[in-house]
Amino acid sequence: MAKFSVPSNLAVSESGFLFVPSSGETFTLNEIGSEIFMMLKKGSEDKEIFETVVDSYDIDLYTFEKDFSDFITQLKNHKLIKEL
Amino acid sequence: MKIAVTGINNVDSPGPGVPVIRGLKDSESINAEIIGLSYDTLEPGGYMPGITDKVYLIPYPSGGIENTFERISFIHSKEKFNVLIPTLDSELYGFLKLTDRLSSLGIKTFLPTFDNLNLRAKDKLFDFCTANNIKVPKNILVSGTNDLHRISSEFEYPVVVKGIFYDAYIANNLEEVQSAFKKLASRWGLPIIIQEFIKGDEYNVVALGDGSGETIAAVPMKKTYITDKGKAWAGITIDDEYLLNLVRHAVERLKWKSGAEFEFIKDGETNQYYLVEINPRLPAWVYLAVGAGQNIPEALLKLAIGEKIKPMTEYKTGTIFIRYSWDLITDIKTFESLAVKGEKDNKSLKN
Repeated sequence: MAKFSVPSNLAVSESGFLFVPSSGETFTLNEIGSEIFMMLKKGSEDKEIFETVVDSYDIDLYTFEKDFSDFITQLKNHKLIKEL
Repeated sequence: MKIAVTGINNVDSPGPGVPVIRGLKDSESINAEIIGLSYDTLEPGGYMPGITDKVYLIPYPSGGIENTFERISFIHSKEKFNVLIPTLDSELYGFLKLTDRLSSLGIKTFLPTFDNLNLRAKDKLFDFCTANNIKVPKNILVSGTNDLHRISSEFEYPVVVKGIFYDAYIANNLEEVQSAFKKLASRWGLPIIIQEFIKGDEYNVVALGDGSGETIAAVPMKKTYITDKGKAWAGITIDDEYLLNLVRHAVERLKWKSGAEFEFIKDGETNQYYLVEINPRLPAWVYLAVGAGQNIPEALLKLAIGEKIKPMTEYKTGTIFIRYSWDLITDIKTFESLAVKGEKDNKSLKN
């Protein structure tokens, strides 16, 4: 089970637009990316995110776990989240 | 208040005059009437509505300071302007030498000191930074092509080859260094600076020092769109206290007086900031600082007239500037006035 933290100064809009005030970098998330990021920001654990997404979208758990892992890697690379 | 401003060449690599004027015109405490000082009959700031109230041609700095002083004295005899704000690197030494004579005419300035200009010079910046614990790319000065063979033992390619005053090239091998060396040496003279290439994003800070070591204003910006000449065509204000403290430290150590632009590269691997240049004047993107909440041109003007200014520390992060080009239509009569008489009244120009 993994949990993540989002830097407190990161600005996130409901449309999935991310702005890192310290570096000036901006990112755009699609609808599901945005939904997942909001859950991460709220402090949801990965298991809870898996359940929510698999219940809401037409995707199996195995495929989603793989996509989620790729997404988390990208967020970490851009220093948008930290694993707790 | 009448204020004379140079650098109204709002072209593809713009001078800072027009954005400085916009800041002055935005000021609620100064009723700014602007006398534009133009080196060329076609500098756009002399034609843009709402920028200069009157424009005069002045001789290029290469004509010598006596010619400059004679022309400025003549313009002052007609316009009685209170403050002169030179905005271009190339004219600063000349106007600095004229400070006392301008002052005797009643013209106030707020220029960097000779020490300021010398310490931040491209061939001295490395020494200043290393003496003050500011990270700076390694560099060597070369005065002849024989010295270029040192590069392969002291640097990894690519390297940056910089002229002593302007211009820089990125060179990937010795042949490219030699080519850049010849171009820069013939244009700007010797020495040439060979600098370590730092790969990363460019961050700039516009700042204003009061000459005592205090930073009166500072706004950092990330370049988000860069032209082929390396100029910012778009940028965004950022919130980075570490970067601001680096600039405050440099301003304090230099006892910097006047406006300046600090250019940094943030190393993409280590996230460390390297100071690559200090430009001794406000940058052409200074209006971003005005838009973000720090009217630096207004503060510079107030320092010039002897007002005390409290340091400004607040600004809005995420403020963006996007430069654009615009074809301004004018007529031959308007052009004729400046070309023939060397002066032009702009009060009738319509927005």
